[in-house]
Amino acid sequence: MTAAFADPPTSSAIADFERAFAAHRNRARLRIALVAMVFVTLFLMTADFANFFKVTQVTAADGSRAERWILLAGLPRLGEYLAKTIPALSWGTLGSDLATWFWRWKIWTWLLLETVLIAFMATVLGVAGGFLLSFPASRNLSPNRWVLTITRRCLEIARTVPELVFALIFVFCFGVGPMAGVLAIALHTCGSLGKLYSEANENLDMRPLEGVKSSGGSWADQIRYGAVPQVLPNIISYTLLRFEINVRSSSIIGYVGAGGLGQELRTAVSLQEYTDLSALFIIIFVSVFVIDWGSEKLRHRLIGLERT
Amino acid sequence: MQTTISPIEIADWRQRMPQAFRQPLAVRLRRWALFACFAALFAWCLYDFGFSPERIVNGLARLGRVLSFMLPPHVWTEWDEIAAILEGLGETLSMAFLGTVLGAIAAFPQSFLGAKTINRLALLRFGVRRGFDIIRAFETLILALVFIRAFGLGPLAGVMAIAVSEVGVLAKLYAEAIENISNKPVEGVVASGGSRLQAIRFAMMPQVMPVLLSITLYNFESNVRSGTILGIVGAGGIGFLLSDRIGAYRWDEAWSIILLIIVMVYVIDALSAVIRTRFIGTMGTTR
Repeated sequence: MTAAFADPPTSSAIADFERAFAAHRNRARLRIALVAMVFVTLFLMTADFANFFKVTQVTAADGSRAERWILLAGLPRLGEYLAKTIPALSWGTLGSDLATWFWRWKIWTWLLLETVLIAFMATVLGVAGGFLLSFPASRNLSPNRWVLTITRRCLEIARTVPELVFALIFVFCFGVGPMAGVLAIALHTCGSLGKLYSEANENLDMRPLEGVKSSGGSWADQIRYGAVPQVLPNIISYTLLRFEINVRSSSIIGYVGAGGLGQELRTAVSLQEYTDLSALFIIIFVSVFVIDWGSEKLRHRLIGLERT
Repeated sequence: MQTTISPIEIADWRQRMPQAFRQPLAVRLRRWALFACFAALFAWCLYDFGFSPERIVNGLARLGRVLSFMLPPHVWTEWDEIAAILEGLGETLSMAFLGTVLGAIAAFPQSFLGAKTINRLALLRFGVRRGFDIIRAFETLILALVFIRAFGLGPLAGVMAIAVSEVGVLAKLYAEAIENISNKPVEGVVASGGSRLQAIRFAMMPQVMPVLLSITLYNFESNVRSGTILGIVGAGGIGFLLSDRIGAYRWDEAWSIILLIIVMVYVIDALSAVIRTRFIGTMGTTR
């Protein structure tokens, strides 16, 4: 007890400490204030830019015109819009009500199948491309630096440009229909899976590859017998996750004419078929949920199988 | 020295452990059946979607023609045109920024309701969590379509679409970050007589803040990427200009816009990497 206080700090040392502490606190506060100021300025600037403070005219219930901010004027309209998408359902006539709600169910089922098939095909093509490109794009496996840089840039561009933009281009080139959608989603999938796969490759154990090399294997042999067996569980897991994402994107890609349910979405919006929108949303939601659930089960089983 | 294995030895090993040389018949059959199913499905898709060789060749020829406009990129000379492009890019950035910030502000309090360590009411937590899931099920583009109805064409609809979909994503990620923190500082605050609220303020917040900031930054990046397409449906931003140019077959300008989008996304990625290492990195080490 006495040892700790044997040499009590002098008052000047305490004063030094207090001064340093106060200075440090002031600096920290100043920094926080500066960051907050920059942030608020940015916020207000972008808000202004995004028409947050724009004033619009609205018609009140009694017919008079009033000036309001777009945001406030839009909220009741949003409520009205959402209310219109809710169909009239009653217990007594539930069957026929549901039939009216899902009146295009035959077309929708067919388009849903098409959506899933677009996602399937795009995933297969994208996986093939991403798999092949992931080896030259990973730092430890790439044959040389030029190949590495070029494949990486290509993959980056493929995943930076959104699918919908690719779809717009491909619809022009290959015509309206699912083919454009398949190619657009496949290209995007290739970009993002190539990156994920190459990251998996960079984490692999190099000793099996050295083993293959030392027994006379070529680069391709090293990949085939040294790398692929190691990364396969990762690849399967990423692929199934990607399939789920692709189902979601193929359900909207039809908006620009690239096949699938999206085209129905577009007609429902432009023809103001409000209840169709909610019906379509429910269809997409349920199908994505089922696929998520199914592929999770499959993934767990496959990974379990791979590990045993 | 070289060791060789005689065929007799190989035959011997093959007999002693057949599984090492060949999988059992059932496994092989199942594998082949699976592959056959996949190939059949793929072939049927090819047929059904009309992937004919001539269509592919024609398409590729057109694509080649379209790609030939890529180089040299179109350079706008009129200030009006440059201003329009810059405005589009700025609008996309603003939409992403504002959408992320508004989404984060809305998601932050809700994430506490969804975190197991704070909200002990399992039923309420379950409800809140499923709420996040439902919001996430809405595609940003679909949300944008709905918001266009309310707020009219323009960036406001895009901002709201990004903000709402961010609430679902961020609230879930925040809640998980809050659940992952160490409980020891909380115990320390409670042991020295702090209330639940003080435990959250002084023990949890300093731990989660850097994580939350970095999650938000990541989402901002991804929103810049997804915000570029919202204009295709009319929700403001560079996407509108792009779909407009493609619709008018002005491919040289379209390619330049795509190049600008790629550059913008690169710059944002690089900047946020700097912010993350400088700002959040130091905050992470001082905690």
